[in-house]
Order: sequence, then structure tokens, then C-alpha cells
Amino acid sequence: MSELMIGLYVFVLSIVVGFEVITKVPPTLHTPLMSGANAISGITIVGALVCAQTGDASFANIFGFFAISFAMINVVGGFLVTDRMLRMFRKR
Amino acid sequence: MTSSYISLGYLGAAMLFIFGLSQLSKVRTARRGNTMAAVAMLAAIVLTLIDLGSVDYRYIIAGLIAGSAIGAIAAMRVQMTQMPEMVALFNGVGGAASALVGLSFFFANVHKLADNPSVSAMLGGEHFAVTTVLSLLVGAVTLTGSVVAFLKLSGRMTGDPILLPLRHLLNIVLLGGTLGIGVWITTGVFTPASAIALILVVFFAALTLGVTAVIPIGGADMPVVISLLNSYSGVAAAMTGFVLSNNLLIIAGSLVGASGLILTNIMCKAMNRSLANVMLGGFGGDSQLGEKDTGGYTTVKESSAEEVALVLEDASSCIFVPGYGLAVAQAQHATRELADLLQKRGCKVSYAIHPVAGRMPGHMNVLLAEADVPYDQLFEMDVINGDFKSTDVSIVLGANDVVNPAALNDKSSPMYGMPILNVHESRMVFVVKRSLSPGFAGIRNELFELDNTNMVFGDAKAVLTEIISELKAA
Repeated sequence: MSELMIGLYVFVLSIVVGFEVITKVPPTLHTPLMSGANAISGITIVGALVCAQTGDASFANIFGFFAISFAMINVVGGFLVTDRMLRMFRKR
Repeated sequence: MTSSYISLGYLGAAMLFIFGLSQLSKVRTARRGNTMAAVAMLAAIVLTLIDLGSVDYRYIIAGLIAGSAIGAIAAMRVQMTQMPEMVALFNGVGGAASALVGLSFFFANVHKLADNPSVSAMLGGEHFAVTTVLSLLVGAVTLTGSVVAFLKLSGRMTGDPILLPLRHLLNIVLLGGTLGIGVWITTGVFTPASAIALILVVFFAALTLGVTAVIPIGGADMPVVISLLNSYSGVAAAMTGFVLSNNLLIIAGSLVGASGLILTNIMCKAMNRSLANVMLGGFGGDSQLGEKDTGGYTTVKESSAEEVALVLEDASSCIFVPGYGLAVAQAQHATRELADLLQKRGCKVSYAIHPVAGRMPGHMNVLLAEADVPYDQLFEMDVINGDFKSTDVSIVLGANDVVNPAALNDKSSPMYGMPILNVHESRMVFVVKRSLSPGFAGIRNELFELDNTNMVFGDAKAVLTEIISELKAA
């Protein structure tokens, strides 16, 4: 199986898993779900890190630097703000 | 050898993401779930850095520090009422990251075109070329679309739909153009300069598309837009995963894509609109929403806070119906205070939450949680709708369209068919509102004219504070 096909399998199956898992999230938690999922989409950081491997000021590196910064804003901000919200939910 | 250890580590991180998300299914475990996802992310970053080996880390470290600092400050400072625009903004930077990874990957390899003019050979195969362009395209649309959503949600830009002439044609041309050029790039042969020019055209056209696709959408529909853009940012991340042959990116990206789609779907149902309608864009505020019908109320009764307090003194059950007006007035704490007071007097208090109350799914729950309202007093629409009949008093706080009975019984109403909270069935309804102005849908609300409805005009927080002091004095 080609690399593309394997990737496609992974893509489709993960979407199925995602649907299964996320349908179970109650409406009360939809805002934290959204910001948490948003933080997870910051996984592009892994891609961004690969983009800035040398020290020269090439376009590739500069774009890589901004990609890393933006992805980290998404990751750190997203997880922290989700935690802030979830801390507030309590029972009587 | 290292790389298969790294791959196994990535697999572990992917599983942690999935377990983390599944912990979000209960309030009790949700916080742990979020922490698990954060740990998975940290592991992914560390593994990637190890995998890189000895490279020049200057740009990497600078980026990591700058991004983390900005993200942390933003997360600590944001107010709960501003959550929707914050999520939109985070979404936007996520899209930007995907687009920039695509650009960076392209620029790192573009010099190879001098030897072999095929772009797909330069990027290591046709599917790398396709996904590079897709990650760029989806990322760029997510970026500018989210920024527009942010501007609309934060009131820096009008919430009214901005309708450009021929906007559908414009969007089709932009989308078709970017896709067309994308296909051309991935299949054709170019000099480095012409390839760069074309990829920049794709990038800027996609940025424009994000703007033109979101500006015609009204403020009321922003919950749908941010859900959808959330989904896009996941898809963009998955595309980046294809570019880099990294399954962890594909998995995490598709989880987010699925989550966004589910939320989008829930929002659409709650607004009685089809997903296709949303996907096509350009909805909200024009034909479907009907003529603006603002005036013409004839039999509206007005009450003072004192009168509300008098009724509440004898009430044995009360349902609060919060809407966006409550968020604007920052009235969540005053609401809790009144609820506490009523409970002390033996009145049963609950909260009815419409799926699209507020500006994002679940927004009201977060606001009320902030005010220490226990989450087991909050009820979803389907659960509480049967209870209104047996309820003494319903207090509508800054909500409008979600309690309009026209949705149930007026076939000519543009809202007909939208599920609403059956507030009108309770014995007495108080609507706390600044004025009789229409809600987002721009139509009159029959509820305001019903016999059992009384309007209390004013800022939600001010009115509630007044009711509280009257009740305390009684």
C-alpha cells in the first residue's frame, strides 16, 4: 500500500473515531470542547518544527518561525483557556 | 532506528488525544481529559525535536517561546464573555500555521525546479504537491475567515451581513481559481520564479476567499461559522500531515475536523438550517430571514423590578432563560445571586439553555459556571421544555429569537420550524430586555404581546440587582 493510501486510511478511520467520541460530549461542555479541539488542531506545530531547521534567514525559515509561533499560540492558549473554563464547572 | 521509536511515541500521543477527548464526555473527568490532550501535545513536540537531531535551533526556540508567551497571556486575560472571539482568534492562528507550513515547505524546495521543472517531483511526488497546496489553501481561508469572525464577534466590525454585489459568483471564481491554479501547479512544469508567483497567487486568493465567504454572514450565525472554521483548521492540520507523511498530524487533525462538523451540525439543527446551506456560505440576513419587522407591537405590558419581586415572593418554581444579552450585560453573577435568594425562600430554580443561546455552542454554560451556578441546575431544551407548563415564573434574560412562539405556530414566519424554548407556556413570563428591538433574526417576537408576558426594560444586570434588593427588603 502506498504512503498516500495509508494516510487516507488513517484520515478516514480517525474521522470515524472522532465522530464516535465527540457525539458523546454533552452540550454543557461544547464550548470547552471547541476550544480544546482547537488547541489540538495546533498539532501543526509538529509540521512547523520541521520547517525551521537551519539558522539562515531564508523564506523557508522565516515562514517556519511564524508557523511555530502561531501554532504555539494556538496550543498553549487553547489548552490553558480550556482548563480555566473546566475548573469552573462544579456540582452543588 | 530512532525513527521507529519516534513513530511509536507518536502513536502513544495519538491515543492520548483520543482518550483525552473521550474524557470530555463527563463534566467530572473533562479537566483531566484536557490535561491528557495537553500532555499528548507536549510529547509530540518533544518527540519531534528529538527526531530533528542536531539542527540549528535558533528559529525554533524563538518561535516556541514567542508563541507560548502570547498564548498564555491571552488565555489568562480573556473574559468568559469574550470566549467566542478568543476561540475564533486561536482558530485563525492555527489556520495561519498550516498555511505557513505549506509555504515554508514550498520555499525550502523551490530551488530544485532549476534542475527539474516539475513541481510535483520537487515536492517528492504528486500527492505531496496536492496536499501542500491544500494545506496552504485551507489554512489561509481559516485564517482570514476566523479573523473576520473575530472582528464581528468582538463588535469591531458590524454584525450585519455585508453583501457584495455578485458575491456568490465572486466566491465561486475565487474557489475555482485557487483550485484550478493548484491543480496546474501540481501537474505542470515551471521555473522557480513562476512557481513562486503562482503559489503566492493561490495564497492571496485563498486569504481573500476567507474574507468574502464570511462577511456576508450575520452575527447571529457566528456560532455556526466558528464551528465550521474549527473543523477547517483540523482539516488543514490533517493536510499538513499528508505533506509531511506524519500520521499523528493526520489523526489529530481529523479528530478536530470531526468535532467541528458535529458542532456545526448541532448548531444548524438548532437554527433550522441545512448544513449544505452553511457550507455554501453567504447565508444569514438576506432572503431567508425575511423583512425586518421591528415595530408594530400593540399590546405590550410593562413591569417594574418591584412588580417582578412581588410575583417572585410567592413563586414556587422559576426558570431562567439566559441569552446573549446576559453575556453583554455581564449579568451572570447577579442571576446567580437572585437564584440563591429564591432558593432560600423555597422556590425551585432551574436554567433553560437553548443550543444557540449566546455566541457559541455551550457559551451560556461557561458563563453560568463562572458565576458558580451548579451545572446540574442547567437543562437542555429537550429536557426542560415539558416543565414550562408547570412553572410559575419564567425570566427571559436577554434572549429573543429562541423563545419566539412564531417558530411553532406561524407558518409564514421565516423562523417557522426552529426549535424553541416553550417559555410562553409558563404561568407568568418576564422578559428583561433593553428595548423592543428585534433579535438577530430581525423579526418581531409574538411572546412580547402574550397575556402572560410582561416586559421589564433595562440592562439585565441593573434590573436583576433591583429585583434582588426589593426581594431582600420584603
